[in-house]
Order: sequence, then C-alpha cells, then structure tokens
Amino acid sequence: MLKKRIIPCLDIKDGRVVKGVQFLALKEAGNPVALASFYSKSGADELVFLDISATLEGRKTLVDLVKRLSKEINIPFTVGGGIQSVEDAQLLLQSGADKVSLNSAAVSHPKLITQIAEAFGSQSVVVAIDIKKVDNNWYVFVKGGTESTEILAIDWARKAEALGAGELLITSMNNDGAKDGFALDITRQICQAVSIPVIASGGAGSANDFIDLFTKTEVSAGLAASIFHFNEVSIPDLKTLLKTLNIPVR
Amino acid sequence: MIAIVKYNAGNITSVQNALERLGYSSIVTDDPKLIQQAEKVIFPGVGEASSAMQYLRAKGLDEIIKNLTQPVLGICLGQQLLCQFSEEGNTECLGIFETSVKKFEPKLKVPHMGWNTLETQNSELYNGISSEENFYFVHSYYAEVCADTSAVCNYIVPFSASMQKDNFYATQFHPEKSSTVGEQLLLNFLKL
Repeated sequence: MLKKRIIPCLDIKDGRVVKGVQFLALKEAGNPVALASFYSKSGADELVFLDISATLEGRKTLVDLVKRLSKEINIPFTVGGGIQSVEDAQLLLQSGADKVSLNSAAVSHPKLITQIAEAFGSQSVVVAIDIKKVDNNWYVFVKGGTESTEILAIDWARKAEALGAGELLITSMNNDGAKDGFALDITRQICQAVSIPVIASGGAGSANDFIDLFTKTEVSAGLAASIFHFNEVSIPDLKTLLKTLNIPVR
Repeated sequence: MIAIVKYNAGNITSVQNALERLGYSSIVTDDPKLIQQAEKVIFPGVGEASSAMQYLRAKGLDEIIKNLTQPVLGICLGQQLLCQFSEEGNTECLGIFETSVKKFEPKLKVPHMGWNTLETQNSELYNGISSEENFYFVHSYYAEVCADTSAVCNYIVPFSASMQKDNFYATQFHPEKSSTVGEQLLLNFLKL
C-alpha cells in the first residue's frame, strides 16, 4: 500500500540552514547536509529545501549545496525558492535535485510549468501554492505571501495540474506558524479537485494534527518545519503513533 | 568497471552518487565500446519513452543494449524501455521483457509517487531485504505483470515492480532513492 509521506522542510540562506535545529550540536545545526542526513536516518520520506537567498552569490551557493546533498542523501529531495526559468530548474535538477518547486514565477508565467514538465517530466515539477482565506474564500498569495491575487486556490490548483505539475504543495498562511493544525477543509477540497498528489503544509503543532490530516483528507503527504526542528515531535515517534492507528506510513 | 548508460533521461547523477556511496566507481557514457566492455551496465532514467528510444536508436545503443551478456539493471524508464512496447508516445521498445507498458487510469492519484511495498520478491536482488520494506516509486506508466515479473506492486492495478530475464534485471522503483533498502538492492546487483 502506498504510504503517507512525512516531509521536513529546511529554509536555506546562502547555503546554510536559517533556523538551526535545536537538538543538534550547535556547530552542526546550520549545516544542511548534516541535517538532511539526520532526517533521512530518522525516517523522513522526502526533504524539501526552500532557498531564501536574495543574492546571485547565494544562488550559486545553492547549486553547490544541491550537489553535496545529492552525494550524501539516499531519499528524494525537492528544491524551491526563486526558480524563474527552465534554466534555473535545469541547473538544480542536473545538480541532483529530484524535483523543483515553483511558486510566484508559476503564477506570473504559468507556461513555465509546462516548459519544465516537457523538458524533465511532470514528476520533477512541484507547484507550491500559498493560500489565505479572505471573506470565506481561499485565494492564492505570491512573493512569500506578501502579495494578494484574485485567483481562487482551487482554480489555480486545477490549472497547475492541467499545465503539467506532478504534485502540489499547499501552504495555508492562516494556519502557518499557529501550530493549531492543518487547514483541513481547503486541503480536502483541493485533493478532490485534482488527480495529482497533494502535500499539505502549515499549522502542524502536534502528532494529532498529522492524524487529523491523514484521516480527514486524501492528502499524500504532510510537511512541517519547526515541530521537527525543535524536536517537539520526532519523526520516529510520529510514525509509530500513525502505525498504531493503521495510517499507512513507512 | 560499471557503465551507466548516458541518454536524454534525467537524474543519472543520483545513480552514480549512490554507487559512489557504496564504494563503486562508475562511468556515465554513451560509447558503445565502453558499454560492451563493462562488467555491469546500469540503464537508468526518468523521462519520456519515445524521445528516449529515438535517442538510443540514433546512437546505435538499442542494438548494443539488447545484445549485452553481462548483468544489466534497468531503472524506472529503463525498465519500461526493456519491455516490448510503451503506450507513452506509442513506442516500440527494446523487447527483452515480454510485456507492454500502459498508462495508469487515474482512479487514484497519478503519478504513483512515494513509498510502497512489494507483494512478491522473487529475485536474488532482494537477498537480505524483508518483504515489509518500502521502495520509492514515481511513475505514471507501468509494465504489466508477465512471466518475467520478479516482484509485483499493487497500485490501481498489480504491475511489475521489478523484472528479470537471463542477464537483464530491472526495477520500476528507484533503488538509488530508496534509502538503505535500495542501497542493499544495488549492492546485490553489483555482487552478481
């Protein structure tokens, strides 16, 4: 049976992890390769690296990092943040990333999804969608959530699939950081609207939130950052708990 | 020497990196001579069937691969190209395994993406690997179950998770991305 995936997300700036992981020795806490290796050994099913470098120098460092990760890590990983063109995607995929994640650039240039899917296959294209509930409707937000659009989340999810996305990563801005659970209703609606896998993100505060996510929606994976980084929930403990409830995990 | 067949398919670096982690050096090449002389050949790939076959034919690699006598391991698209025919681009393939490749009906999420277990593990490639273990899959097309199937995975339909015939071995999943279990499988192949 296909397993539900648990995916830790690491924020990267200039080749280093931005929020250090609390339970690791300080000198290792900022090292993405050491952290990736730790998570992969503790049962993470995939990893996501989100680059928030603003400079060209930072982007070059990212490519070097992807090469090092590919040498060390024996599970799939996705790289996102600042991908604007087929060339950007190509560089990361050829350096060893399994998938690239597109966000704002896909909204402003939807054809980019198709171009990357045609060049490298749909399985390599994750479309990340930041969404926020305004007046009872869920809208797409861009540029790190700082800019609103008039695009409804469901519409964009369907369109991204039609354009060639292999997977969607949905982050609820209302839930992100609140540690009060995932946005179950909209996640459920998006899962039903598309036939590609959906990853839910934003709001994980406890193991119970993953139980709710996997029992109340058809989502393929749950992504979280701080609860794993601060060891509030460990991946082995979380998986043991999910298994006892017959939720399929590796 | 281990040769990894170079063609217009993605993520070949990951296979080479996995071999390196296991202490084996390899070359990525489309040179027919080097491929023929290699002790082991790995035929990996993520990509589209018709353009991949076109490339292999243009380079004369189709005949070379079919006639190899050393152990060959096809991975993902590599397994599909070793079958007779693929619905993807209506492509005539290499014809080692006597089955064809079809597209999943989207009764569940497609691509089949993530970790899944296998129903049978009938190959020395699974030595030391428990039947409970999971492997990483990502694909929208599958090889139908046939006499050459060495492991079945069930997703939407039962399909060939791995195949074996004479010196030809193949997996639909990615051993190079399947954690330590995948590394064990690669090691079993390298030690054949």
